[in-house]
Amino acid sequence: MFRKQYDTDVTTWSPAGRLFQVEYAMEAVKQGSAAIGLRSKTHVVLGSVNKANSELSSHQKKIFKVDDHIGVAIAGLTADGRVLSRYMRSECINYEYSYEASLPVGRLVVQLADKAQVCTQRSWKRPYGVGLLVGGLDESGAHLYYNCPSGNYFEYQAFAMGSRSQAAKTYLERKYETFVDSTRENLLKDALFALRETLQGEKLTSFTCTLAILGVGEAFHVLDQQTVQAMINEFELAGEDAPTAEEGDQAGGVEEGAAVEQGAPLDQDVTPMDL
Amino acid sequence: MMKENNSAPAKMNLLLSPEDSQRTLSPYVTGTSVVGIKYKDGILMAADMGGSYGSTLRYKSVERMKSVGKHSLIGASGEISDFQELLRYLDDLILYDNMWDDGNSLGPKEVHNYLTRVMYNRRNKFDPLWSSLVLGGVKNGKKYLGTVNMIGVHYEDDHLATGFGNHLARPILRDEWKEDLSFEEGVKLLEKCMRVLLYRDRSAVNKLQIAKITEEGVKVYDPYSLKTFWNFKAFQNPTVGAEGSW
Repeated sequence: MFRKQYDTDVTTWSPAGRLFQVEYAMEAVKQGSAAIGLRSKTHVVLGSVNKANSELSSHQKKIFKVDDHIGVAIAGLTADGRVLSRYMRSECINYEYSYEASLPVGRLVVQLADKAQVCTQRSWKRPYGVGLLVGGLDESGAHLYYNCPSGNYFEYQAFAMGSRSQAAKTYLERKYETFVDSTRENLLKDALFALRETLQGEKLTSFTCTLAILGVGEAFHVLDQQTVQAMINEFELAGEDAPTAEEGDQAGGVEEGAAVEQGAPLDQDVTPMDL
Repeated sequence: MMKENNSAPAKMNLLLSPEDSQRTLSPYVTGTSVVGIKYKDGILMAADMGGSYGSTLRYKSVERMKSVGKHSLIGASGEISDFQELLRYLDDLILYDNMWDDGNSLGPKEVHNYLTRVMYNRRNKFDPLWSSLVLGGVKNGKKYLGTVNMIGVHYEDDHLATGFGNHLARPILRDEWKEDLSFEEGVKLLEKCMRVLLYRDRSAVNKLQIAKITEEGVKVYDPYSLKTFWNFKAFQNPTVGAEGSW
């Protein structure tokens, strides 16, 4: 097969016109535990599924505050995600120092994408193995962007990434038209529903997910556990827990890439260092 | 050779390297006061066109007010070449901002803050830009008027002036300025200030420009002169009531 010859470094093309290393990096995003985002005219909600690496450990943080007006959710290599969030924080703070104004979200995303792109064109580098959902608010309203290791970025009304994100995407695709004029509360509820889709029958609790919100008059913040649990209880009592697909497939599908983030279920014999 | 490095001239170089001494440590060609006010639709500014070489009125047609991007207007007093350098920085800034082509643009508040950083940074290098600046603008219906000087002191107000204007124009503005001045009233008020400055500031010349900025954009009007009357008694023999001891 072709692969072996053409996937040894990022800058080598395959005859079919592909860069395998970049594609592998995108795989890392798919294998991380899911993160979703959606927005209305005034608010952006980010959500993530928390997966602990073992019974004994806590899960890793997947949602980061960048500034009062920007937050990110990540899927993939958490370590890379933290490096990129740190970069975003410093860009925001420098902009604020120079102009006493907050950095437009779109600009930050372009800078971030450029940074990721460089890694796909240098033989001595590797692409970032993380996908970022960047939610933000600026002069031109609320925005949600998806940034991926290839250096591409897209603006979305709603998006899901990570393991079993397809189910969440399907949910979001079905409902996205209602999001634009949605209230803050409904947006949070839709976020929880979308997250639940990725659990494939596992029970959604405030332990297994994180929600964050920002919007007009509301600085970015992660919702505390009680608030999230209260919301879950509320719609479960209301019998709104629409049936979700079949059980099983306990976070399956992940093979040797499992090392990626706390992501899917851990093949016990693969340590994160084996990546 | 070590000894040479430790000698007296080297000590001086600790603070002032040879390149430093090439810098503008005192102003050469300077412009005098700028006056700016908020009015109903935006900001009005006035400045005369004199350029003094020391105390010699050397140039008579120096434009000291320029537009900065779509939403801002800057007026400068002090060293003219430093103002020109500053305009280059601002051109770069606006060009870079436009190149994003994303619908966002720097407003007057942002430009003012940027200027503040530049001015304070230069003073910290012991190489100040020898200017006092007034920055006015309108963006999204919000009027903005601020000032920065060569050591980085900065503030906003409804009306502002630099240099001599602080002493001669601002008292007038404090008495007569109001929130909803029309364009005509605003120009009249500025002319009143500029006339007082012309009479009492020896660096002022009788050729001035008015500039305005509104939501529609910047307009710097053609230069003109003020009517003056020099035949006041007090002007004819100014020392008459102020006898010295000799």
